[in-house]
Amino acid sequence: MSRRLLFFLPLATLALMAGFFAWSLLAGRDPASIGSVLVGRPAPRLDVKALRDGEPPLTDGLLKTGKPAIVNFFASWCTPCLAEHPLFARLTERDGAVIIGIAWKNKPEEARAWLKRLGDPYKFAGADLEGRAGLDWGLSGVPETYLIDGQGIVRRHFRGPITERDVNETILPFLKGAK
Amino acid sequence: MVAELGHFALILALAVALVQGTLPLLGAARGDDRLMALGRTAALTQAFLVIVAFGALTQAYVTSDFSVANVVANSHSAKPLIYKISGVWGNHEGSMLLWALILALFGAAVAIFGAGLPDTLRSRVLAIQALIGVGFLAFLLFTSNPFERVSPAPLDGNGLNPLLQDPGLAFHPPLLYLGYVGFSVTYAFAIAALLEGRVDAAWARWVRPWTLAAWCFLTLGIALGSWWAYYILGWGGFWFWDPVENASLMPWLAGTALLHSAIVVEKRDALKSWTVLLAILAFSLSLLGTFLVRSGVLTSVHAFAQDPARGMFILAFLLFVTGGGLALYAWRAPRLQGGGLFQPVSREGALILNNLLLCTLAATVLLGTLYPLFLDLLTGNKVSVGPPFFNATFVPITAPLFAALCVGPYLGWKRAELWPALMHLRIAFIAAVIAAIVAATAIDGRATLAALAFGFGVWLIAGSLLEFAGRLRVGRAPLAETLRRLRATPRSALGMTIAHAALGVVVLGAVATAAWNTELIKTMRPGDTAAFAGFDVKLDRVENLQGPNYIAERATLTLSVGGRPYTVLMPERRLFTVQRRQVAETAIHTNFLRDIYATLGESEAQNGWVIRLYYNPLAPWIWLGAALCALGGFVSLSDRRLRIGAPQRGKGRTRTVAQPAE
Repeated sequence: MSRRLLFFLPLATLALMAGFFAWSLLAGRDPASIGSVLVGRPAPRLDVKALRDGEPPLTDGLLKTGKPAIVNFFASWCTPCLAEHPLFARLTERDGAVIIGIAWKNKPEEARAWLKRLGDPYKFAGADLEGRAGLDWGLSGVPETYLIDGQGIVRRHFRGPITERDVNETILPFLKGAK
Repeated sequence: MVAELGHFALILALAVALVQGTLPLLGAARGDDRLMALGRTAALTQAFLVIVAFGALTQAYVTSDFSVANVVANSHSAKPLIYKISGVWGNHEGSMLLWALILALFGAAVAIFGAGLPDTLRSRVLAIQALIGVGFLAFLLFTSNPFERVSPAPLDGNGLNPLLQDPGLAFHPPLLYLGYVGFSVTYAFAIAALLEGRVDAAWARWVRPWTLAAWCFLTLGIALGSWWAYYILGWGGFWFWDPVENASLMPWLAGTALLHSAIVVEKRDALKSWTVLLAILAFSLSLLGTFLVRSGVLTSVHAFAQDPARGMFILAFLLFVTGGGLALYAWRAPRLQGGGLFQPVSREGALILNNLLLCTLAATVLLGTLYPLFLDLLTGNKVSVGPPFFNATFVPITAPLFAALCVGPYLGWKRAELWPALMHLRIAFIAAVIAAIVAATAIDGRATLAALAFGFGVWLIAGSLLEFAGRLRVGRAPLAETLRRLRATPRSALGMTIAHAALGVVVLGAVATAAWNTELIKTMRPGDTAAFAGFDVKLDRVENLQGPNYIAERATLTLSVGGRPYTVLMPERRLFTVQRRQVAETAIHTNFLRDIYATLGESEAQNGWVIRLYYNPLAPWIWLGAALCALGGFVSLSDRRLRIGAPQRGKGRTRTVAQPAE
């Protein structure tokens, strides 16, 4: 009898594996997301010098205004930042989004020249030359973008450039829904 | 009009496949010759109809018919012709159609070449093959119709996924599918054998050429994929233990085990139920690979169309095919009576060891691939299982496999003496030890394991050639006698020698590349120079390029030796804006003994660009060896004894003299 049971072993293994596969498909998990510890928590400390001359430094107060904000880390030397740049311009002009741009490990004069050349979509712009703010915010590189709600809670964290699809499917609904 | 014709042909093909999958089965059960004869006609008709459908889609691509949604989504009028054609299978719907096409072609091949098969066996094989076809055709027609029209037709298409616009990747999928789908025939033979309740030497001979053909194509497909990853991913490596790669490796390992265990069934009438199980598993693992790649349950460096809804369909299909096969196996396999008895030290014993080790490898790959999924679902922990796991598990399993590989062909059937076999191999052993010592002392004293593995590579080549030389009595008989023996040697023996020695070539290439490569990672500005592997490297300039659908940076690196220019390498880094993907276009200079490999990395603030240079000794041997391995398979396939339909079912002759283990 035990010999006969042995012949059922492959079938049992398959059933076990298939169960896991179905579970995974039905749960709708995204294996690609490495996650972000920040999502659902208050935004990290914001304390950076202003990028543009004669503006006050950027502080935590900017993130708890009752209105949603977008925080974007960029650099003039980063090619993907170039790719996502027009989307931010459109979010500011057409959709009236509040975007806080932080130039990460970037000489202020180079970041300013870059914004002058391509257009400046940032309501507030900061300069994080040493990358200290980047450490606080758990940056893995640039560009990275955070969606912050009116209470200063991080709701979304994009690693890498945002796309048209992100804007339409995530950012715009967020701006409409968040208070 | 042509697209509708293709669509219509596909619907007809489904109807024909339904007939082919049922009536011949009924005919075989009742002994009705007319119903059984229907199987061959239906198989040929189905193949014709799927060819028409595939031709219609190809026509739409070649003429850039943008009223077909699939063409709009994946093609562009300004694309070179080769990528218009490869675009046919460079997307989900088209690749499924290619699956269905190859499946139908294999079915037709069984109908044409299977004239020598008993009527009931042939009818059952064709019916099972058709039932698999029903699944794919229904999948195409109900969820992934490639002939959908759009109205109004746009002026131009969106273009093919940029990663796929590459000569390596244009032919990778068809080869891989020829391998995956080829195993459907072995699966069909296994199910038919379970239905008949009969597995014997003749059955093993009939199955073998199909297994061998599928295995050769799969070998080539995997090698092409690995080569592509080597030059496109820009990490200097050739195998990343990525789920997509593992998905193709598992059926290869199971198929290799099947090739060897079928010999035991053929020659000694033993290992029957085990061989049937392997035949089911080889195809099941192919389907599992397709499921893993397309359903999105695992993440991978290789982007592919992922869609959970389709995942459910493939999972259901996988359950139907594998579950059905394994349930039938659990029910019928215990009745298969094994024949010949044998001692542990014998040809049979060696082939069982081969099977145990290969299957352990396949199980290890399966576990390593699925473990992150299991853990994530059970505990929510995200882990990735990478090279450390696979290196740690593969080394102890492959070492005895390689060690035994050269000894097996010297062992006789039933019972053999180990010591005389080992004495035959003493020259190979000495060569291997010398190679290992030279590697350990002259090349790199710290990489002991690599030196040992290098020794194994030499052992495989020397041992295989020595066995073949012994067969021809090289040096121990007059030249004329050797030549006479060479002509008389079965092609299967020649194929075995080539494939086994080629494995050694792959091992040498892989070990040398992985262990003794020289790597330089340096942040350079234009004008900077660096010394690397005996070359003076100068970064001349980095330019910005605007491609059709990407932005790129291209570096120009000049390599010179002692002031004399040697070569210019121009690596690029492309960012495809829509897909949010960066692709490294590496620059490689090869002389078949080593590759010089350059990639352009991120620009680092104001300090310049990260330039990575690799000197990969023997790297081209990895793919050369894999191609030789497949060649060995094809040579063996051309053996007269294996010609399909040639063997007649009779009492299996068992010869006790050393036979090629193929």
